[in-house]
Amino acid sequence: MTTILTRMGDGYSVEMTPEELRADLAAGSADAARRGKIPVLEADEYDYLYEMFASPTRIWGVERGCEAILTKDGSTNSLYSAQLSSGVGLPLSREQAFRTFERAFAFDTMEVGHFDYSAKPSKPIVVLEQINAEGVLHNCIIPVYYGFMPNLGLYYRPDGPFPNPSDLLPRGQIAEARAATEEALEMCRQDVIWLTEKMAEVGADGINYDTTASTGDGEFLATLQAVEWAAKNTDLSIEVGMAAECVLGFHGELTYDGERLAGMWPHQQLKVVEKAGAHVFGPVVNTNSRKSTPWNLARAVTFVKAVSKEATIPVHPNVGMGVGGVPMFELPPADVVTRCSAAMVMIGKADGL
Amino acid sequence: MGGIRTTGDLVARMQMTRKMRLPEAKRYVAEKLGLSITEISDSTVMRRVREELDIGIITAVAGAAKGLEAKARIADLLGIKINSVERLKRKMGQSSVG
Repeated sequence: MTTILTRMGDGYSVEMTPEELRADLAAGSADAARRGKIPVLEADEYDYLYEMFASPTRIWGVERGCEAILTKDGSTNSLYSAQLSSGVGLPLSREQAFRTFERAFAFDTMEVGHFDYSAKPSKPIVVLEQINAEGVLHNCIIPVYYGFMPNLGLYYRPDGPFPNPSDLLPRGQIAEARAATEEALEMCRQDVIWLTEKMAEVGADGINYDTTASTGDGEFLATLQAVEWAAKNTDLSIEVGMAAECVLGFHGELTYDGERLAGMWPHQQLKVVEKAGAHVFGPVVNTNSRKSTPWNLARAVTFVKAVSKEATIPVHPNVGMGVGGVPMFELPPADVVTRCSAAMVMIGKADGL
Repeated sequence: MGGIRTTGDLVARMQMTRKMRLPEAKRYVAEKLGLSITEISDSTVMRRVREELDIGIITAVAGAAKGLEAKARIADLLGIKINSVERLKRKMGQSSVG
């Protein structure tokens, strides 16, 4: 019997029959449709995915003329950082790394960011961050983002001053947890705005709020309010990249523009991000490591297609380790990374990755 | 899309400054350059075009526009404001007054 060699969501190879492949594609799309209350993929889209996974080629790509834009989270730290950022530990400065991404890797855009990549630790050394941004703004041609995570989690004990909802909620202290979220998000919002203003001062092209809502609806609200401020008060291009496919309800009652933030799926997140004034939206769809890559990718492109269909701003879905159909492994195999990337553009109608 | 090997930086700027979706951003850049959608992603075509327009090329060529020089020309070509170029203009204004 003919079998097709592909990957599981943890990166290990798996052989599937044509029937098993088609069944996984349908099941993955159906799972996204059920959770997001969005349409499943259409027949020709399943055929594209089937043909792509059935092909024995080592890599896959979009058709000529369909190339898309790359923006990047995590800044240049994949070159100089350690394993915590899938970094390869090269002895390069951030400016050298940026120029390498422009000149050697032909990236369309690139970021400068703090080694830790969160707003809070960036504050005390913001002048260094500004100097690094200025350096690449002078010497490079591609657009320069400054990227960081709002990371509301760092504002809770033991890292910050506010009681931790993760401690309070299991004890049933719901009112206290909500109060802590409301206080913490205000401090986070102020820090994100302050850092944004510093990058506008030096003439950065854009700001990338990455891993947004990693600490749930409070962080999402703080970020949306910061986007509003940045859109009104700066000339920065604003990208909002999400942390997960569904916004967690650590608070549960927070709203933006009358819409409850907890429980929002990617196409719903898009609408509030657009309303706040962002220029680029980066949806996330998480990978299930126990399912196959065909299952995960069909699920991811179903979500992203629903986002792209409604979007009035560019959509750059996250397609990296553990998201966008890509296996949850620090060395994602090129055969499935290229397939996930191409499908996001050809079926998900992404404007970039 | 290939960054400065092609027109990835230019298409990205249209997404970033005008919120253009990918097809619209590519059409805009292609029209400004008088090229087709396929050609603006073609490094063979764009190597020559970028050098002729002097908007920055990926290989290290002495005398070719670098950094802010290239971006000032890109801002004019695309009809957009680039923040770092605007800052340079402000600095030059301050210098000439001083």
